[in-house]
Parts: sequence; C-alpha cells; structure tokens
Amino acid sequence: MTNKFRITEEPINPNDCIEKVVRNEAGAVNTFIGTVREFTRGKRTLFLEYQSYIPMAEKKLRQIGDEIQERWGDTDTVIVHRIGRLELTDIAVVIAVSTPHRADAFEASRYAIERIKEIVPIWKKEHWEDGTKWIGDQKEKKSYEKKIPLEEEMCDG
Amino acid sequence: MVDVLFFAELQEAAGSGKINVEAGGLSINELKAKLKSSYDLVDLDSAMTAVNEDYSHDDVKLTDGDTVAFIPPVSGG
Repeated sequence: MTNKFRITEEPINPNDCIEKVVRNEAGAVNTFIGTVREFTRGKRTLFLEYQSYIPMAEKKLRQIGDEIQERWGDTDTVIVHRIGRLELTDIAVVIAVSTPHRADAFEASRYAIERIKEIVPIWKKEHWEDGTKWIGDQKEKKSYEKKIPLEEEMCDG
Repeated sequence: MVDVLFFAELQEAAGSGKINVEAGGLSINELKAKLKSSYDLVDLDSAMTAVNEDYSHDDVKLTDGDTVAFIPPVSGG
C-alpha cells in the first residue's frame, strides 16, 4: 500500500502497476500510459527532462487516488510518474485503476491524468534542436491566476 | 528562518533550488516582495505557493521552520 503513489527516477514497468490493483472484486482494470512524443506543434523534441517536488507530488498523487475513491467508490488506483531525462517513447507516467465495472475504470483513469496536469508539482523541460524550455500551464486553467486550485475546480475534473 | 524552494524556470532564475530566508512572521506576499528585491524572479507571480507541502494563499503568515515552495504552472503527464 505504501508505494502506490510515487515518483521514480527508474523506468516504470506497467505490469507492476497493474498487479497492485488486480483484485477479486474488480471486473475492469484500465491503464493510462503517458509516453514521450517526438513532435509537438511541428517542433521536434530530442528528449525531455522532468523535475518534481517529490514529497508534495507523492501527496498530491495520493490525493487524486482519494478523490477517485470518493467519486466512483470501490476503486483501487496506482499512479507512478518518472522524472529525470526521458528519451522518445519512454514511459513518463502509468495510471492503473481497477473497478467492478468498466465505465468507472475508464472515467477514473482519465480523471487521474487530467488532475495530474492541474495539481501535481511535476515539470517538463523540452529539449529541442534549437533550445530548451520549461513547459507550464498545458491546460490553461484559471486556477493558476488565482494561485491555488479552487475547491470547485478540484471537483470539476 | 524559512526554507524557500524553487523549481523549473524559477530555479534557473534564482540560481538555486533551495535558499534560507529570514521570513518568520512575514506573509507569503511579503516574502515574495523580499525575494524579488534580491533575485530576478519575474515569473514569481505566476507561481502557486505551497507551505509545508500544501497549497496556500498569499496572506498566510509564515513561522520559523516552515518550508515554502514556489510552484510554477505544472506540466506532468
């Protein structure tokens, strides 16, 4: 139970994540795997560098797991995010959610990845042929203007 | 003293990931003003703030021993 929500510098094995949520009560396990893409808006990525505020990030990943449990009930969730230098096609994040029925597993894993992009302190630096940039605010959420995610936004997903 | 953590572009702008600041009794807003007078941190106002690993409002008063982290817009996933 202790390492279901973690940040790691090592490659992530999706099967390890799946094994942690498999259980007799579940009829569905949905996984989301986020990988490093070569082209974004026509620009070629050479590699990515991820940084995290690790203790807070792991707390926020756990909070997302708690939110999923509150919204869908009878869920089991694992979220692992990798940091450091990642090459093209490397796995950056794995989410696995098990639920009794499939609809909840699909919805909950989608919710988890959207929430990661809102509240979890992890940053991605693009390394291109002609420069680098720390990427932020991919969702253009108004929460950043207000400096703190609002309670209702926490529930919007 | 308060530990102040910087990440991503703020870390590069500050030239350090962690500094120690005399900020006990100050609000987050006052700490920001103090930091901006010593460092070139133009992006500080677009960052969220966490005190002791929880998101926090700018009017919160700091206590010695607190850890303040400035969280630029996140981009995980």
